[in-house]
Amino acid sequence: MASAGRARLGPVASFGNLIHHALAALGDFTIFSWQTIAWAFRRKPAAGTLLPNFFMVGVRSVPVVAITGMFIGMVMAVQTYAQFQKIGMATRLGSLINITLVRELGPVLAATMLAGRIGSAMAAELATMRVTEQIDALSCLGAHPIHYLVTPRLLACSLLIPLLTIMADYMGIMGGALICTRVYGVEAHYYWQHSESYVTMADVWMGLIKAIFFGAAIALVSCHRGLNSRPGAEGVGRASTEAFVASFIIILVIDFFLGMALITVFEYFLGTGQARSLF
Amino acid sequence: MITFADVAMEFEGHRVLERINLEIPRGQTLVVIGESGCGKTVLLKLMIGLLRPTKGKVTFDGKVLTQLGDAELTRQRLRFGFLFQGAALFDSLSVYDNVAFGMREQRKLTSKDIDDTVRQRLQEVGLPPGVEAKKPAELSGGMKKRVGLARALALNPEVMLYDEPTTGLDPIMTDVISELILQTRQRHPVTSIVVTHDMKTAQKVADRIVMLHPWSRLKPGESQVLFDGTANELARCADPRVQQFVEGQARERLSELNPFAG
Repeated sequence: MASAGRARLGPVASFGNLIHHALAALGDFTIFSWQTIAWAFRRKPAAGTLLPNFFMVGVRSVPVVAITGMFIGMVMAVQTYAQFQKIGMATRLGSLINITLVRELGPVLAATMLAGRIGSAMAAELATMRVTEQIDALSCLGAHPIHYLVTPRLLACSLLIPLLTIMADYMGIMGGALICTRVYGVEAHYYWQHSESYVTMADVWMGLIKAIFFGAAIALVSCHRGLNSRPGAEGVGRASTEAFVASFIIILVIDFFLGMALITVFEYFLGTGQARSLF
Repeated sequence: MITFADVAMEFEGHRVLERINLEIPRGQTLVVIGESGCGKTVLLKLMIGLLRPTKGKVTFDGKVLTQLGDAELTRQRLRFGFLFQGAALFDSLSVYDNVAFGMREQRKLTSKDIDDTVRQRLQEVGLPPGVEAKKPAELSGGMKKRVGLARALALNPEVMLYDEPTTGLDPIMTDVISELILQTRQRHPVTSIVVTHDMKTAQKVADRIVMLHPWSRLKPGESQVLFDGTANELARCADPRVQQFVEGQARERLSELNPFAG
Protein backbone atom coordinates (compact mmCIF):
# COMPACT_ATOMS: atom_id res chain seq x y z
CA MET A 1 0.00 0.00 0.00
CA ALA A 2 2.98 2.29 0.14
CA SER A 3 2.94 5.18 -2.30
CA ALA A 4 3.81 4.32 -5.86
CA GLY A 5 7.06 5.64 -7.30
CA ARG A 6 6.93 9.30 -8.15
CA ALA A 7 6.14 10.09 -11.77
CA ARG A 8 9.05 11.42 -13.80
CA LEU A 9 8.65 15.16 -14.33
CA GLY A 10 9.27 16.91 -17.63
CA PRO A 11 11.82 19.74 -17.84
CA VAL A 12 9.23 22.51 -17.46
CA ALA A 13 7.59 20.80 -14.49
CA SER A 14 11.01 20.15 -12.92
CA PHE A 15 11.92 23.80 -13.32
CA GLY A 16 8.57 24.82 -11.83
CA ASN A 17 9.15 22.43 -8.96
CA LEU A 18 12.57 23.96 -8.36
CA ILE A 19 11.17 27.49 -8.30
CA HIS A 20 8.36 26.36 -6.01
CA HIS A 21 10.84 24.87 -3.52
CA ALA A 22 13.12 27.91 -3.70
CA LEU A 23 10.22 30.28 -3.01
CA ALA A 24 8.94 28.09 -0.19
CA ALA A 25 12.43 28.04 1.38
CA LEU A 26 12.73 31.82 1.02
CA GLY A 27 9.29 32.30 2.57
CA ASP A 28 10.18 29.98 5.43
CA PHE A 29 13.45 31.83 6.09
CA THR A 30 11.67 35.21 5.98
CA ILE A 31 9.06 34.10 8.53
CA PHE A 32 11.81 32.61 10.71
CA SER A 33 13.82 35.87 10.57
CA TRP A 34 10.77 37.96 11.35
CA GLN A 35 9.85 35.75 14.34
CA THR A 36 13.41 35.95 15.67
CA ILE A 37 13.46 39.75 15.51
CA ALA A 38 9.93 39.98 16.94
CA TRP A 39 10.89 37.80 19.93
CA ALA A 40 13.78 40.18 20.72
CA PHE A 41 11.19 42.89 21.47
CA ARG A 42 8.41 40.68 22.80
CA ARG A 43 10.21 39.16 25.73
CA LYS A 44 13.70 39.99 26.96
CA PRO A 45 15.96 36.92 26.73
CA ALA A 46 17.21 35.71 30.12
CA ALA A 47 20.77 36.60 31.11
CA GLY A 48 21.50 32.88 31.37
CA THR A 49 20.96 32.47 27.63
CA LEU A 50 22.46 35.81 26.53
CA LEU A 51 25.77 35.87 28.41
CA PRO A 52 27.14 32.49 27.25
CA ASN A 53 26.41 33.51 23.65
CA PHE A 54 28.04 36.90 24.12
CA PHE A 55 31.09 35.18 25.58
CA MET A 56 31.23 32.62 22.79
CA VAL A 57 30.76 35.14 19.97
CA GLY A 58 32.65 38.07 21.43
CA VAL A 59 35.43 37.00 23.75
CA ARG A 60 36.32 33.68 22.15
CA SER A 61 36.53 35.18 18.65
CA VAL A 62 39.00 37.95 19.55
CA PRO A 63 42.27 36.01 19.01
CA VAL A 64 41.34 34.58 15.62
CA VAL A 65 39.96 37.91 14.35
CA ALA A 66 43.01 39.81 15.63
CA ILE A 67 45.52 37.42 14.06
CA THR A 68 43.66 37.32 10.74
CA GLY A 69 43.30 41.10 10.65
CA MET A 70 46.99 41.67 11.36
CA PHE A 71 48.19 39.28 8.70
CA ILE A 72 45.83 40.69 6.08
CA GLY A 73 47.24 44.16 6.75
CA MET A 74 50.78 42.82 6.44
CA VAL A 75 50.00 40.87 3.25
CA MET A 76 48.46 43.96 1.65
CA ALA A 77 51.59 45.94 2.48
CA VAL A 78 53.82 43.26 0.93
CA GLN A 79 51.69 42.96 -2.23
CA THR A 80 51.24 46.68 -2.90
CA TYR A 81 54.62 48.10 -1.86
CA ALA A 82 56.48 47.15 -5.07
CA GLN A 83 53.93 48.84 -7.37
CA PHE A 84 53.68 52.00 -5.30
CA GLN A 85 57.46 52.16 -4.92
CA LYS A 86 57.92 52.03 -8.73
CA ILE A 87 55.79 55.13 -9.24
CA GLY A 88 57.27 56.89 -6.24
CA MET A 89 54.13 56.83 -4.12
CA ALA A 90 55.15 54.49 -1.33
CA THR A 91 54.09 57.03 1.30
CA ARG A 92 50.55 56.77 -0.09
CA LEU A 93 50.38 53.10 0.88
CA GLY A 94 48.80 53.98 4.22
CA SER A 95 45.75 55.48 2.56
CA LEU A 96 45.23 52.47 0.28
CA ILE A 97 45.76 49.78 2.93
CA ASN A 98 43.75 51.51 5.61
CA ILE A 99 40.73 52.48 3.53
CA THR A 100 40.54 48.95 2.10
CA LEU A 101 40.70 47.54 5.60
CA VAL A 102 38.09 49.71 7.27
CA ARG A 103 35.63 49.68 4.36
CA GLU A 104 35.94 46.11 3.12
CA LEU A 105 38.45 43.68 4.50
CA GLY A 106 37.96 44.35 8.22
CA PRO A 107 34.19 43.72 8.25
CA VAL A 108 34.28 40.92 5.67
CA LEU A 109 37.13 39.12 7.42
CA ALA A 110 35.58 39.45 10.86
CA ALA A 111 32.30 38.14 9.42
CA THR A 112 33.99 35.26 7.60
CA MET A 113 35.82 34.23 10.75
CA LEU A 114 32.58 34.46 12.70
CA ALA A 115 30.74 32.37 10.10
CA GLY A 116 33.45 29.70 10.23
CA ARG A 117 33.96 29.67 13.97
CA ILE A 118 30.50 30.45 15.33
CA GLY A 119 28.04 29.91 12.45
CA SER A 120 29.02 26.29 11.87
CA ALA A 121 29.08 25.58 15.61
CA MET A 122 25.61 27.12 16.06
CA ALA A 123 24.18 25.08 13.20
CA ALA A 124 25.75 21.87 14.53
CA GLU A 125 24.58 22.52 18.09
CA LEU A 126 21.00 23.28 17.09
CA ALA A 127 20.93 20.37 14.64
CA THR A 128 22.12 18.01 17.40
CA MET A 129 19.46 19.41 19.72
CA ARG A 130 16.87 18.76 17.03
CA VAL A 131 18.08 15.20 16.40
CA THR A 132 18.05 14.41 20.13
CA GLU A 133 14.55 15.94 20.56
CA GLN A 134 15.83 18.73 22.82
CA ILE A 135 14.03 21.29 20.63
CA ASP A 136 10.75 19.41 21.15
CA ALA A 137 11.55 19.26 24.89
CA LEU A 138 11.92 23.05 24.95
CA SER A 139 8.47 23.46 23.40
CA CYS A 140 6.96 21.01 25.89
CA LEU A 141 8.45 22.93 28.82
CA GLY A 142 6.94 26.24 27.79
CA ALA A 143 9.99 27.76 26.07
CA HIS A 144 9.74 28.94 22.48
CA PRO A 145 12.80 27.52 20.65
CA ILE A 146 13.25 30.71 18.63
CA HIS A 147 13.12 32.91 21.72
CA TYR A 148 15.33 30.61 23.76
CA LEU A 149 17.88 29.60 21.15
CA VAL A 150 17.87 31.94 18.17
CA THR A 151 17.19 35.43 19.52
CA PRO A 152 20.17 35.41 21.94
CA ARG A 153 22.44 34.24 19.12
CA LEU A 154 21.12 36.95 16.80
CA LEU A 155 21.74 39.61 19.45
CA ALA A 156 25.21 38.29 20.23
CA CYS A 157 26.28 38.17 16.58
CA SER A 158 24.83 41.48 15.44
CA LEU A 159 25.86 43.48 18.51
CA LEU A 160 29.36 42.12 18.93
CA ILE A 161 30.52 41.87 15.34
CA PRO A 162 31.11 45.65 15.09
CA LEU A 163 33.54 45.35 18.02
CA LEU A 164 35.29 42.43 16.33
CA THR A 165 35.45 44.49 13.15
CA ILE A 166 37.12 47.34 15.03
CA MET A 167 39.63 44.81 16.33
CA ALA A 168 40.28 43.46 12.80
CA ASP A 169 40.61 47.04 11.45
CA TYR A 170 43.02 48.04 14.19
CA MET A 171 45.23 44.98 13.88
CA GLY A 172 45.23 45.24 10.07
CA ILE A 173 46.21 48.92 10.18
CA MET A 174 49.00 48.12 12.66
CA GLY A 175 50.20 45.15 10.60
CA GLY A 176 50.29 47.21 7.38
CA ALA A 177 52.07 50.08 9.10
CA LEU A 178 54.59 47.73 10.68
CA ILE A 179 55.65 46.25 7.34
CA CYS A 180 55.63 49.54 5.44
CA THR A 181 57.48 51.65 7.98
CA ARG A 182 59.73 49.11 9.70
CA VAL A 183 60.50 46.63 6.93
CA TYR A 184 60.30 48.74 3.75
CA GLY A 185 61.44 51.97 5.37
CA VAL A 186 58.52 54.18 4.31
CA GLU A 187 58.62 57.45 6.21
CA ALA A 188 56.15 57.01 9.07
CA HIS A 189 55.16 60.68 9.26
CA TYR A 190 53.99 60.80 5.62
CA TYR A 191 52.51 57.30 5.83
CA TRP A 192 50.17 58.36 8.63
CA GLN A 193 49.58 61.83 7.22
CA HIS A 194 48.28 60.40 3.92
CA SER A 195 46.20 57.86 5.80
CA GLU A 196 44.62 60.56 7.92
CA SER A 197 43.85 62.79 4.96
CA TYR A 198 42.17 60.03 2.98
CA VAL A 199 40.47 57.73 5.48
CA THR A 200 37.61 59.36 7.37
CA MET A 201 35.15 58.24 10.01
CA ALA A 202 32.56 57.82 7.24
CA ASP A 203 34.62 54.92 5.91
CA VAL A 204 34.81 53.35 9.36
CA TRP A 205 31.06 53.73 9.87
CA MET A 206 30.37 52.21 6.49
CA GLY A 207 32.31 49.11 7.52
CA LEU A 208 30.63 48.90 10.91
CA ILE A 209 27.10 49.26 9.51
CA LYS A 210 27.80 46.46 7.05
CA ALA A 211 29.20 44.33 9.88
CA ILE A 212 25.91 44.52 11.82
CA PHE A 213 24.07 43.09 8.80
CA PHE A 214 26.74 40.41 8.33
CA GLY A 215 26.39 39.35 11.98
CA ALA A 216 22.60 39.17 11.77
CA ALA A 217 22.80 37.16 8.53
CA ILE A 218 25.28 34.67 10.04
CA ALA A 219 23.09 34.06 13.11
CA LEU A 220 19.84 33.74 11.17
CA VAL A 221 21.21 31.53 8.39
CA SER A 222 23.14 29.25 10.77
CA CYS A 223 20.27 28.83 13.24
CA HIS A 224 17.80 28.24 10.42
CA ARG A 225 20.02 25.54 8.94
CA GLY A 226 20.47 23.93 12.37
CA LEU A 227 16.77 23.91 13.22
CA ASN A 228 15.87 22.47 9.81
CA SER A 229 18.60 19.84 9.62
CA ARG A 230 17.94 16.35 8.40
CA PRO A 231 18.12 13.49 10.91
CA GLY A 232 21.28 11.69 11.94
CA ALA A 233 24.97 12.50 12.08
CA GLU A 234 25.02 13.21 8.35
CA GLY A 235 22.25 15.78 8.79
CA VAL A 236 24.20 17.53 11.55
CA GLY A 237 27.37 17.64 9.45
CA ARG A 238 25.50 18.88 6.42
CA ALA A 239 23.75 21.62 8.42
CA SER A 240 27.11 22.82 9.69
CA THR A 241 28.65 22.96 6.21
CA GLU A 242 25.58 24.57 4.67
CA ALA A 243 25.55 27.19 7.41
CA PHE A 244 29.10 28.29 6.59
CA VAL A 245 28.70 28.20 2.80
CA ALA A 246 25.34 30.02 2.84
CA SER A 247 26.61 32.59 5.37
CA PHE A 248 29.72 33.27 3.27
CA ILE A 249 27.74 33.77 0.07
CA ILE A 250 25.22 36.01 1.84
CA ILE A 251 28.05 38.08 3.38
CA LEU A 252 29.44 38.77 -0.10
CA VAL A 253 26.01 39.52 -1.56
CA ILE A 254 25.18 41.89 1.31
CA ASP A 255 28.64 43.45 0.98
CA PHE A 256 28.02 44.28 -2.67
CA PHE A 257 24.48 45.63 -2.42
CA LEU A 258 24.80 47.32 0.97
CA GLY A 259 28.17 48.78 -0.12
CA MET A 260 26.53 50.34 -3.16
CA ALA A 261 23.57 51.59 -1.12
CA LEU A 262 25.76 53.07 1.63
CA ILE A 263 28.06 54.85 -0.84
CA THR A 264 24.99 56.37 -2.52
CA VAL A 265 23.46 57.42 0.80
CA PHE A 266 26.71 58.80 2.21
CA GLU A 267 27.47 60.74 -0.97
CA TYR A 268 23.94 62.10 -1.07
CA PHE A 269 24.16 63.45 2.45
CA LEU A 270 27.84 64.33 2.59
CA GLY A 271 28.61 65.22 -1.02
CA THR A 272 30.89 63.41 -3.41
CA GLY A 273 34.62 62.89 -3.18
CA GLN A 274 36.24 63.70 0.11
CA ALA A 275 33.41 65.68 1.68
CA ARG A 276 33.04 63.22 4.53
CA SER A 277 34.44 65.26 7.34
CA LEU A 278 31.09 65.55 9.13
CA PHE A 279 31.81 62.11 10.63
CA MET B 1 -10.00 14.25 27.09
CA ILE B 2 -7.84 13.51 24.01
CA THR B 3 -9.56 12.64 20.76
CA PHE B 4 -8.22 11.58 17.37
CA ALA B 5 -10.81 12.03 14.64
CA ASP B 6 -9.94 10.44 11.31
CA VAL B 7 -6.29 11.47 11.66
CA ALA B 8 -3.73 10.86 8.92
CA MET B 9 -0.09 11.83 8.94
CA GLU B 10 2.55 11.68 6.25
CA PHE B 11 6.10 12.94 5.89
CA GLU B 12 7.27 14.00 2.41
CA GLY B 13 4.88 11.60 0.75
CA HIS B 14 5.60 8.76 3.20
CA ARG B 15 2.37 7.81 4.98
CA VAL B 16 2.72 6.86 8.64
CA LEU B 17 -0.79 7.09 10.06
CA GLU B 18 -4.14 6.73 8.30
CA ARG B 19 -7.73 7.04 9.58
CA ILE B 20 -6.84 6.93 13.27
CA ASN B 21 -9.86 7.30 15.54
CA LEU B 22 -9.13 7.17 19.24
CA GLU B 23 -10.56 8.56 22.44
CA ILE B 24 -8.56 8.70 25.64
CA PRO B 25 -10.63 9.54 28.75
CA ARG B 26 -9.24 11.42 31.75
CA GLY B 27 -7.37 9.29 34.27
CA GLN B 28 -6.75 6.34 31.97
CA THR B 29 -3.34 4.74 31.41
CA LEU B 30 -3.21 3.86 27.74
CA VAL B 31 -0.33 1.81 26.38
CA VAL B 32 0.37 1.99 22.66
CA ILE B 33 2.30 -0.95 21.26
CA GLY B 34 3.36 -1.88 17.76
CA GLU B 35 6.33 -2.50 15.50
CA SER B 36 9.01 0.11 14.98
CA GLY B 37 7.92 2.63 12.39
CA CYS B 38 4.18 2.12 12.88
CA GLY B 39 3.72 5.71 14.08
CA LYS B 40 3.59 5.40 17.88
CA THR B 41 5.87 8.37 18.57
CA VAL B 42 4.10 10.38 15.88
CA LEU B 43 0.85 9.68 17.74
CA LEU B 44 2.33 11.17 20.94
CA LYS B 45 3.67 14.23 19.14
CA LEU B 46 0.30 14.82 17.52
CA MET B 47 -1.33 14.80 20.98
CA ILE B 48 0.85 17.62 22.27
CA GLY B 49 0.77 19.63 19.03
CA LEU B 50 4.44 19.12 18.12
CA LEU B 51 3.20 17.79 14.78
CA ARG B 52 0.24 18.92 12.69
CA PRO B 53 -1.83 16.08 11.18
CA THR B 54 -2.03 15.93 7.39
CA LYS B 55 -5.74 15.12 7.71
CA GLY B 56 -8.26 14.96 10.54
CA LYS B 57 -8.26 16.58 13.98
CA VAL B 58 -6.55 15.92 17.29
CA THR B 59 -8.32 17.64 20.17
CA PHE B 60 -7.38 18.05 23.81
CA ASP B 61 -10.30 19.02 26.02
CA GLY B 62 -12.13 20.10 22.87
CA LYS B 63 -9.28 22.34 21.64
CA VAL B 64 -7.31 21.70 18.46
CA LEU B 65 -3.79 22.54 19.71
CA THR B 66 -2.30 23.25 16.29
CA GLN B 67 -4.91 25.97 15.68
CA LEU B 68 -4.03 27.89 18.86
CA GLY B 69 -1.84 30.99 19.04
CA ASP B 70 1.64 30.83 20.59
CA ALA B 71 0.64 31.87 24.12
CA GLU B 72 -2.41 29.60 24.37
CA LEU B 73 -0.52 26.69 22.78
CA THR B 74 2.20 27.05 25.41
CA ARG B 75 -0.43 27.19 28.17
CA GLN B 76 -2.08 24.00 26.91
CA ARG B 77 1.24 22.21 26.37
CA LEU B 78 2.18 22.84 29.99
CA ARG B 79 -0.72 20.60 30.95
CA PHE B 80 1.36 17.76 29.44
CA GLY B 81 4.56 16.16 30.65
CA PHE B 82 6.65 14.40 28.02
CA LEU B 83 9.30 11.79 28.78
CA PHE B 84 11.26 11.52 25.52
CA GLN B 85 12.78 8.32 24.21
CA GLY B 86 16.37 9.45 24.84
CA ALA B 87 15.22 11.65 27.75
CA ALA B 88 16.16 14.76 25.66
CA LEU B 89 17.92 16.39 28.61
CA PHE B 90 19.58 19.71 27.82
CA ASP B 91 23.29 18.86 27.49
CA SER B 92 24.56 22.22 28.62
CA LEU B 93 22.53 22.27 31.84
CA SER B 94 23.00 20.36 35.09
CA VAL B 95 20.41 17.87 36.35
CA TYR B 96 19.08 20.54 38.73
CA ASP B 97 18.74 23.12 35.96
CA ASN B 98 17.07 20.58 33.68
CA VAL B 99 14.39 19.82 36.27
CA ALA B 100 14.00 23.51 37.15
CA PHE B 101 13.86 24.59 33.49
CA GLY B 102 10.08 24.58 32.96
CA MET B 103 9.39 26.35 36.25
CA ARG B 104 11.96 29.05 35.54
CA GLU B 105 10.52 29.61 32.06
CA GLN B 106 7.13 30.34 33.62
CA ARG B 107 8.70 33.07 35.80
CA LYS B 108 5.95 32.60 38.39
CA LEU B 109 7.64 30.68 41.21
CA THR B 110 10.20 31.90 43.73
CA SER B 111 13.62 30.26 43.71
CA LYS B 112 12.73 28.66 47.07
CA ASP B 113 9.62 27.03 45.55
CA ILE B 114 11.64 25.88 42.55
CA ASP B 115 14.32 24.48 44.81
CA ASP B 116 11.77 22.54 46.88
CA THR B 117 10.03 21.14 43.81
CA VAL B 118 13.28 20.03 42.15
CA ARG B 119 14.40 18.20 45.29
CA GLN B 120 10.97 16.58 45.76
CA ARG B 121 10.73 15.39 42.14
CA LEU B 122 14.26 13.99 42.14
CA GLN B 123 13.46 12.18 45.38
CA GLU B 124 10.24 10.79 43.87
CA VAL B 125 12.18 9.22 41.01
CA GLY B 126 14.74 7.82 43.44
CA LEU B 127 17.73 9.99 42.64
CA PRO B 128 20.05 11.14 45.45
CA PRO B 129 20.75 14.86 46.03
CA GLY B 130 24.36 14.35 44.87
CA VAL B 131 23.15 13.95 41.29
CA GLU B 132 21.86 17.52 41.03
CA ALA B 133 25.13 19.08 39.94
CA LYS B 134 25.93 16.44 37.32
CA LYS B 135 25.62 17.04 33.59
CA PRO B 136 23.49 14.63 31.50
CA ALA B 137 26.62 13.16 29.88
CA GLU B 138 27.71 11.87 33.30
CA LEU B 139 24.50 9.87 33.85
CA SER B 140 23.59 6.29 32.96
CA GLY B 141 20.63 5.56 30.65
CA GLY B 142 18.31 4.74 33.56
CA MET B 143 19.30 7.87 35.46
CA LYS B 144 18.68 10.02 32.38
CA LYS B 145 15.19 8.59 32.05
CA ARG B 146 14.51 9.29 35.71
CA VAL B 147 15.76 12.88 35.42
CA GLY B 148 13.58 13.23 32.31
CA LEU B 149 10.61 11.97 34.31
CA ALA B 150 11.39 14.35 37.20
CA ARG B 151 11.58 17.23 34.70
CA ALA B 152 8.29 16.25 33.08
CA LEU B 153 6.57 15.99 36.48
CA ALA B 154 7.95 19.28 37.80
CA LEU B 155 5.10 21.30 36.29
CA ASN B 156 2.38 19.00 37.73
CA PRO B 157 1.01 17.87 34.35
CA GLU B 158 -2.47 16.49 33.85
CA VAL B 159 -1.30 14.18 31.06
CA MET B 160 1.97 12.23 31.01
CA LEU B 161 3.34 11.06 27.68
CA TYR B 162 6.02 8.36 27.85
CA ASP B 163 7.90 7.61 24.63
CA GLU B 164 9.52 4.18 24.96
CA PRO B 165 10.48 4.78 28.60
CA THR B 166 12.25 1.44 29.02
CA THR B 167 14.04 1.08 25.68
CA GLY B 168 17.74 0.41 26.09
CA LEU B 169 17.54 -0.30 29.81
CA ASP B 170 18.46 -3.48 31.66
CA PRO B 171 15.58 -5.65 32.99
CA ILE B 172 15.89 -4.33 36.54
CA MET B 173 15.89 -0.68 35.46
CA THR B 174 13.01 -1.48 33.12
CA ASP B 175 11.01 -2.67 36.12
CA VAL B 176 12.07 0.39 38.12
CA ILE B 177 10.74 2.67 35.39
CA SER B 178 7.50 0.67 35.14
CA GLU B 179 7.08 1.06 38.91
CA LEU B 180 7.72 4.78 38.60
CA ILE B 181 4.97 5.06 35.99
CA LEU B 182 2.59 3.31 38.41
CA GLN B 183 3.72 5.41 41.38
CA THR B 184 3.37 8.59 39.36
CA ARG B 185 -0.24 7.72 38.68
CA GLN B 186 -0.82 6.99 42.36
CA ARG B 187 0.81 10.23 43.54
CA HIS B 188 -0.58 12.53 40.86
CA PRO B 189 -3.99 12.29 39.18
CA VAL B 190 -2.58 11.99 35.66
CA THR B 191 -3.78 10.53 32.41
CA SER B 192 -0.88 8.51 30.98
CA ILE B 193 -0.07 7.45 27.45
CA VAL B 194 2.84 5.04 27.26
CA VAL B 195 4.43 4.06 23.96
CA THR B 196 6.47 0.90 24.33
CA HIS B 197 7.68 -2.33 22.72
CA ASP B 198 8.10 -3.95 26.06
CA MET B 199 5.18 -6.28 26.79
CA LYS B 200 6.07 -6.64 30.49
CA THR B 201 5.81 -2.89 30.96
CA ALA B 202 2.61 -2.81 28.91
CA GLN B 203 0.96 -5.51 30.99
CA LYS B 204 2.12 -3.98 34.25
CA VAL B 205 0.94 -0.41 33.77
CA ALA B 206 -1.91 -0.52 31.24
CA ASP B 207 -5.60 0.09 31.83
CA ARG B 208 -6.00 -0.21 28.09
CA ILE B 209 -3.73 -1.32 25.25
CA VAL B 210 -3.88 -0.17 21.66
CA MET B 211 -1.81 -1.90 19.01
CA LEU B 212 -0.90 -0.09 15.81
CA HIS B 213 0.27 -1.81 12.65
CA PRO B 214 2.57 -0.23 10.05
CA TRP B 215 0.40 1.33 7.37
CA SER B 216 2.52 -0.14 4.56
CA ARG B 217 1.73 -3.69 5.77
CA LEU B 218 -2.04 -3.29 5.96
CA LYS B 219 -4.46 -4.94 3.59
CA PRO B 220 -6.79 -2.57 1.69
CA GLY B 221 -9.56 -1.20 3.92
CA GLU B 222 -8.03 -2.45 7.16
CA SER B 223 -7.79 -0.25 10.24
CA GLN B 224 -4.33 0.62 11.47
CA VAL B 225 -5.52 -0.04 15.03
CA LEU B 226 -5.19 -3.83 15.19
CA PHE B 227 -6.23 -4.14 18.81
CA ASP B 228 -7.95 -1.93 21.38
CA GLY B 229 -8.71 -3.47 24.77
CA THR B 230 -7.35 -4.54 28.15
CA ALA B 231 -4.21 -6.57 28.84
CA ASN B 232 -6.33 -9.67 29.48
CA GLU B 233 -8.17 -9.26 26.19
CA LEU B 234 -4.84 -8.83 24.42
CA ALA B 235 -3.77 -12.31 25.55
CA ARG B 236 -6.95 -13.76 24.01
CA CYS B 237 -6.87 -11.74 20.78
CA ALA B 238 -7.35 -13.98 17.74
CA ASP B 239 -5.45 -11.78 15.26
CA PRO B 240 -2.21 -13.67 14.48
CA ARG B 241 -0.35 -10.39 13.93
CA VAL B 242 -1.18 -9.31 17.49
CA GLN B 243 -0.09 -12.65 18.94
CA GLN B 244 3.08 -12.59 16.83
CA PHE B 245 3.99 -9.22 18.35
CA VAL B 246 3.03 -10.17 21.91
CA GLU B 247 5.06 -13.39 21.73
CA GLY B 248 7.93 -11.73 19.86
CA GLN B 249 7.94 -14.26 17.01
CA ALA B 250 9.59 -13.39 13.68
CA ARG B 251 7.76 -16.13 11.67
CA GLU B 252 7.27 -15.10 8.02
CA ARG B 253 9.24 -11.91 8.60
CA LEU B 254 12.42 -14.01 8.57
CA SER B 255 12.10 -13.99 4.79
CA GLU B 256 13.06 -10.30 4.89
CA LEU B 257 16.55 -11.37 5.98
CA ASN B 258 17.19 -12.90 2.57
CA PRO B 259 14.74 -11.29 0.14
CA PHE B 260 16.50 -12.54 -3.01
CA ALA B 261 16.41 -16.21 -2.08
CA GLY B 262 14.13 -18.30 -4.29
